[in-house]
Order: sequence, then structure tokens, then C-alpha cells
Amino acid sequence: MQREGSPWQGLGVVISKELSDQLTSIRMFVVELIVVLIAIITVSFASEQVKQTTAEDPFLLLRLFTTSQDPFPSFFQFLNLLVPLIAIALGFDAVNSEHNRRTLSRILAQPIYRDALLFGKFIAGLLTISIGLVVLWLLVIGLGLIQLGVPPSLDEVARAFIFLLVTIAYAGVWLALALLFSIVFRSAATAALVTLGLWFLFTLIWSLIAPRIALSLVQSDDLSTLIFAAQSAARLSPGTLFSEASSLILDPSARTVGPVYLYLPQLQGAVLGAPLPLDQSLLIVWPQIVGLVAGSILLFVIGYIVFQRQEVRA
Amino acid sequence: MSETVIEAKDLTKRYNGTAVVKGISFAIPRGEIFGLLGPNGAGKTTTILMLLGLSDITSGQARVLGRDPVREPLAVKRWVGYLPDQVGFYDNLTAADNLRYTARLIGLKRDEREHRIKDALVHVGLGDVADKRVLTFSRGMRQRLGLAEILMKDAQIAILDEPTSGLDPQATLELLDIIRELKHRGVTVMLSSHLLDRVQSVCDRVALFNHGNIALMGTVTELGREVLGGGFNVEVEAQGQGLGEKLAAVTGVQKVEPAGPDRWRLACERDVRPEAAVAVVAAGGRLLRLSVEEPSLEAIYTRYFQNAPSDEGGRHAA
Repeated sequence: MQREGSPWQGLGVVISKELSDQLTSIRMFVVELIVVLIAIITVSFASEQVKQTTAEDPFLLLRLFTTSQDPFPSFFQFLNLLVPLIAIALGFDAVNSEHNRRTLSRILAQPIYRDALLFGKFIAGLLTISIGLVVLWLLVIGLGLIQLGVPPSLDEVARAFIFLLVTIAYAGVWLALALLFSIVFRSAATAALVTLGLWFLFTLIWSLIAPRIALSLVQSDDLSTLIFAAQSAARLSPGTLFSEASSLILDPSARTVGPVYLYLPQLQGAVLGAPLPLDQSLLIVWPQIVGLVAGSILLFVIGYIVFQRQEVRA
Repeated sequence: MSETVIEAKDLTKRYNGTAVVKGISFAIPRGEIFGLLGPNGAGKTTTILMLLGLSDITSGQARVLGRDPVREPLAVKRWVGYLPDQVGFYDNLTAADNLRYTARLIGLKRDEREHRIKDALVHVGLGDVADKRVLTFSRGMRQRLGLAEILMKDAQIAILDEPTSGLDPQATLELLDIIRELKHRGVTVMLSSHLLDRVQSVCDRVALFNHGNIALMGTVTELGREVLGGGFNVEVEAQGQGLGEKLAAVTGVQKVEPAGPDRWRLACERDVRPEAAVAVVAAGGRLLRLSVEEPSLEAIYTRYFQNAPSDEGGRHAA
């Protein structure tokens, strides 16, 4: 049976309300604090390192994002852990709080579809994270410019920008996941704990257990088959996809996202150490980027279906 | 009478095979206050949600303002105001901001929005606290804010789920006043409640829900006749000689009991006040008072559910 009226009616209103809620919340204040802290830490440590080691490097700006110094991970590894946490913090109580405050039935009794409410919450969350990430990105680049004193090339800026977009896509996956659990679990605490559990599994221990799982499932004598299996299993985690994509985009000399000999045809005729053009780097990690976007959409759609079938009454 | 604004035909709702609402039918004309009564779990809220298009209809048909809430929920929800049981607002926003959000969802223009919000808040007596956070509001103030939302929306139908539950007597009276005011504005009101004597004082007609069926429907007087055995009790206070016998001779009177000095209680099959008055005056008596005892909703409700369970238990098992 066809329903009448646009599913987007009220979407803009929901987005602007949710966005203003997010931006004025304590959470946003914490996020801002973290952003400034990370920017300062990243730039001060990385620029020290960069100044000492690579005076001749043509990609100084990108080194800011990729250089690590014990015990601090590099900037993008930092984001690998942190972006999911921010996304979870912004999304874990999106829908269940409306239930618990008993506002859901009142809002849904207004002339909008549930689609607008859910999509509006997702978009507003993603916009909030994007604002934070853009600020972080600008801070790092700005502080880096002051510290290093070398103007970046267009290619570097473009790579850094694509890295920003990849980070936002990565945030989208975790936001959609948090939103899904906020629909499934009526208690915000349960939703937060379950999402954090998955965060722990996928960003901290998945890379350790995925190869074992893969090897116990795949029986083969061929080493490259086994490695491929292990790598595929690791890629079920959005964190793996994100770090593969960002490490390749931020490092023009990188050619593969796995053990070199597995991708020998890809390396034929390559001059090792010579930078790749941007579009070639992008081509290598295109599947990872598509994977992140597809993951967000898939999780959102599951949440959407559950939400549509849910009873409104408390 | 006037046009029908809410109509249900064989409306049925099943959750996992269990019928919660079992083929109910009713029609509410414009401008009426219609009460849904019944114990918890009788299907009142489910019925309300189906009319609003917030819950799927398993079978049967609903028409609200001539539209199908399943197919055209947006058009229905634009003109129907809903006050859910224990309505909630965003605590961190002010009363006016909460209404502003709703007004924008409805699609009101900015100028119109502001004056409608102001009018509505003043109307329910929240004008002074319009810019206070809802966090500080009492239960009664929240309910009134919910009614302000309906006023602001300029709804043609107001559906109120347990509007008076949990309120103190004063807050209840204020709320009922606002509900009467809605009727004056020509709004059709449908409400469910447990506070029977209060409901009685505002409702034109009531429907008694029981296990997903409408057991009884009609005005309180009609229900009284049906449930309480149809008798009217007329009280006569008059001074004169031999009035008891004269009153007993009036057609329609079944029994006369003295109810004190110069007072008689007449059990009769219809309202015999005019005939009784004529009888007293014809006998040369001085008529002091003549009253008919309205059946109370509470008595009807209690009596009905005392008699109903055995019969309903069987039906439920089937």
C-alpha cells in the first residue's frame, strides 16, 4: 500500500534541532577539548620528529599525519581509535532517549514520517562530527605550517582533504552502528555498553584474532591464499579499512595495502620510493573507501527497518 | 447531526496473533467530547494509535477527517492534536522552544508561529513561564503545555490519552476547563480516562472498553439505563396531605418510598418529573424540590465489570 506525502517532510527541522542540541551539549564541549588537545600533541611531536629526520622530504605536511613517536601513535592511528568513540558518544542515546523522555509519540504525531526523524538524527550527528574533524584538520595543518614553515603543495592538500573525507566516512559507520543500538535497546546504558564492546573488539583486538579465525576456516597449502584470507577477515573491521585507506592516501610512495609479494603485478616496473600520482593512490584504496560508505548505509538501513516496525507506545 | 469526523469500522489489531482490539466500530460527530473508558489493557491506547496512523491496522477501516490514517498519515496528523499518556518534552528547552519545534515540524510560517505560540501558552496559563526550561515544570504544567501544543496546532480533533492521570484535584479541574474550552472552539475531543466522575462531567458520550471490544456506548444516562437496570430515581420534596398515594398513582412510577419528612423517592421507568409535579399541585400540595438522580459513571463502570469477568474470561480463552 502506497503512503502519501514526502518522507523528507520536516527533515530540515529535525536536523537543525538535533544539530543545535548536539552543539550546545556537554559532549560537544568534551569533543572540542579532545580535538584541541590532539591537535597540539600531534603537531608538537610530529614536527619535532620531522625536523630531525627528513629535511629533504617533499611531503612534509603529510608527515604530520603519519609520523609516530613512541609512545604516541601517529595522528591517523589516533583517529582510528578516537573517531569511533566520538561517534558512539553522539549517537548511543539518539532514539532511546526519545522513548525514555516520552517525546517520541508526541513528535511522531506531528505531520512527519519516522524516516525524517531517524535520517535527521543521523545527518545531524554526522554534521557534528564533521565540524569537529574539520576543525581538528585545520588546526593540525595550521599549526603544522607555523611549526614547519614550508608551504604545502596542491597534491599534499588534496591528499589531506581526501583523508578528511575518509575519516568522516569512518565516523559514519560508527554513528550508524550507535544509532542502530539506540533503536534496538530501550536503555541508553545498554546501548552504550554494547557499542563500546564492539568498538573494543573491532579497533583493539580484531587485528589479533581475525587472522586466527580466518586460518581456522580456510584450509590451503598456498601461502598467498592464507594471507589473503587473513587480510579479508581483518577487513571486516571498519578500523582496518580506515587505516589502510588513510595510510595509502597519506603516503604517496606506498603501493600496496598488504604484503608486497602478494601484489607483485601491481609493483611491476615501479621505481621504489617514487611517489604515485593522487588518482593512482586513490584507485588502490577505492574498495576500502566504498566499503566504509557501504557499511554506514547498511547499518543505517537495518536501523531504519527496525525503527519502522517498532511500536511507538512506551 | 453534523458530519462525522472520526469513524472506525471493524477496527482490529493483533500483536503476534493476540487480538488487542477486536473489530470495534464507532463514529464521532464534529464538536463532540467522546470518552474512552475501560481498565488498563482494554485496547484504548492501541485504538488511539491506530487512528493517528502510529500503529498499523491489522484489519478494518479507520477514517479521520475523511482520510485514511494508514495511507495519508501526514494529512491526518496535521489536523489532529495528540496528548500522549504522560506526555514528555525536551527538558533542556524552554516551553516556548518546545512548541517552536513542533510548530516548525507542522510547517507554520515564522510570524504566525510566534503569535500562535504566545496565544496558546497564555491560554493554558503558562504565559509567565514561556521562557523557563521544561525541566522545572510540574506534571500538571506539562499536561497543560501538551494542550497548548494542540491549541497552537489549531487542531480540529484533539485526542487525549489519560489527560488527568496523576494530577492533583486542582490541576485536574484546570485541565478539564481547557478541554471544555476546546469544545467551545469547535474542536472534537476524544479522551480516555480512569477518573470517572471527572469524565462524566465533560463527556457527551462514552464508550466502555473491555478486552478489546466496545462493551457499551452512549450517553451516560443511556448507559445507566442499560447497566443499572433502567430505573430512574426521582426525588420529590413537597408538603401536603396524602401525597404518597397520589405519587404512586402517576403512570410510570413503580414504587414510592418515603425518604424523610415530606420527601419521597420514586422508582420509575422513565423521567416522571413533569407528571409528578402535576400530581403534587393537583393534590393541593406545595412542591419544594423535584430532582432526578443521574446515574453515575462510576456506578455503571463498577457494576458492569462486576458482571462481566466470567463471560469475558471465556471469550478471551477462545
